[in-house]
Amino acid sequence: MDAIALIAPRAGRGLHRFANPGRFLRLAGAVQPWLTGSAIIVTAIGLYWALFISPADWQQGDAVRIMYVHVPAAWLASMGYAGLALCSLASIIWRHPLADLAAAEIGPVGAGFTALCLATGSLWGKPMWGAWWVWDARLTSVLVLFFLYLGHIALVRAFDEPQRGYRAGSILALVGVVNLPIIKFSVDWWNTLHQPATITLMGAPTMALTMLWPLLVCAIGFTLVFAALVVARTRAAVMERRIRALLMARSEASA
Amino acid sequence: MFLRLLGRELLLSLRHGGDTLAAVMFFVLAGALFPLAIGPAPEVLARLAPGVVWVCALLAALLPLDRLFGADGDDGSLDQLLLSGLPAPAVALAKAMAHWLVTGLPLLVAAGPLALMLRMDPHTLPALLAGLLPGTAVLSLLGTTAACIVLGARRGGVLLPLLLLPLATPVLIFGAAAADAAATGLSPRPHLLLLCALLAAALPLCPLAAGAALRSAAD
Repeated sequence: MDAIALIAPRAGRGLHRFANPGRFLRLAGAVQPWLTGSAIIVTAIGLYWALFISPADWQQGDAVRIMYVHVPAAWLASMGYAGLALCSLASIIWRHPLADLAAAEIGPVGAGFTALCLATGSLWGKPMWGAWWVWDARLTSVLVLFFLYLGHIALVRAFDEPQRGYRAGSILALVGVVNLPIIKFSVDWWNTLHQPATITLMGAPTMALTMLWPLLVCAIGFTLVFAALVVARTRAAVMERRIRALLMARSEASA
Repeated sequence: MFLRLLGRELLLSLRHGGDTLAAVMFFVLAGALFPLAIGPAPEVLARLAPGVVWVCALLAALLPLDRLFGADGDDGSLDQLLLSGLPAPAVALAKAMAHWLVTGLPLLVAAGPLALMLRMDPHTLPALLAGLLPGTAVLSLLGTTAACIVLGARRGGVLLPLLLLPLATPVLIFGAAAADAAATGLSPRPHLLLLCALLAAALPLCPLAAGAALRSAAD
């Protein structure tokens, strides 16, 4: 108990070093080109490997290549929401100003990856299951995740004072986090058409290595794309806020 | 203090009886549209009845939510309530209880006749009502939370269903599944227990989230 009380404020102080928007802008400005460059290169390598070099499945044929986009997009859809929830937690506990901006900017990116996951899943479902969409637990819970993202995006931008929007959005994000375990375990709890997880942290993957490697490279590439987009959007948001403050100051000075 | 607030809310909704009745009227009218739209064939209606009742109950519970805090936020009585010494989660809980008493309970009463009008098997009715009892309570709690979150937002009335409906899907799924299980001769017990578990989780968590939203709205 005492240890937690000792660590918590220190963690908060450590985070606050990055709450300074100027420091964040300098750091992010230095990281941005590397992040964007590596995102493009790794994703290109991964996609080429997955779509042209890796073998076709003996049962599914070339349709299996949808997996290399679908699975990383699905991982990032959930991880993005987890990141959104963490930013929201930081914003509620420490009123961290950068966490507010990051949460607001993760929303659209995460919604985009969720839409990509749903769209590729639908394209994959048609040849494999014979239907564009089935109402099983995994698909339904990811659809709910998509709606949660959309609700968060709409809510954060619905207030005249941005601060109120960030508060309301972070409470909503923390309420919606109950959906994440439901998505993860939906394939185990219910008897779904969607297959259960093939790759787990413990235990060997039940997947050929010739397919696993390109999948992992794609996943790393997509993660870098996600990070690059979020950093770029957050930088833009910080600068936008500065410009607005400058314009306000100027209009007040001239009045 | 808590009971006084609850009493005030109930008195207010009693004085505005029309608003309270409107939700129940909507529930019955929306349910009555289905036989008109899909035809009066009894076997089709009986198959659809539990789902129709549940969807209509969910939509009807949404109706009064955007007025739940409307007047209080505008005339400053919300600030008074938060200054009264009652913690913000308790204020939210009182609002949720009042919403359930004036919307959830009448819906429960109206659900029986509506289900029979939709040609549902009378033996399924206890399972449907047993599901609606905790289900509407969870809806009231979630709805109050969503109403607190959108308090003061532009277009809050449009935003509210967008936030609430994804969160309300588990209630709908398990509630309709309970009635469906009873209709096909299976035990509705597991679904009802899951609904009660949802209620047990929502009862402490929703007022907490709603209270945090209320405090930030009053800042």
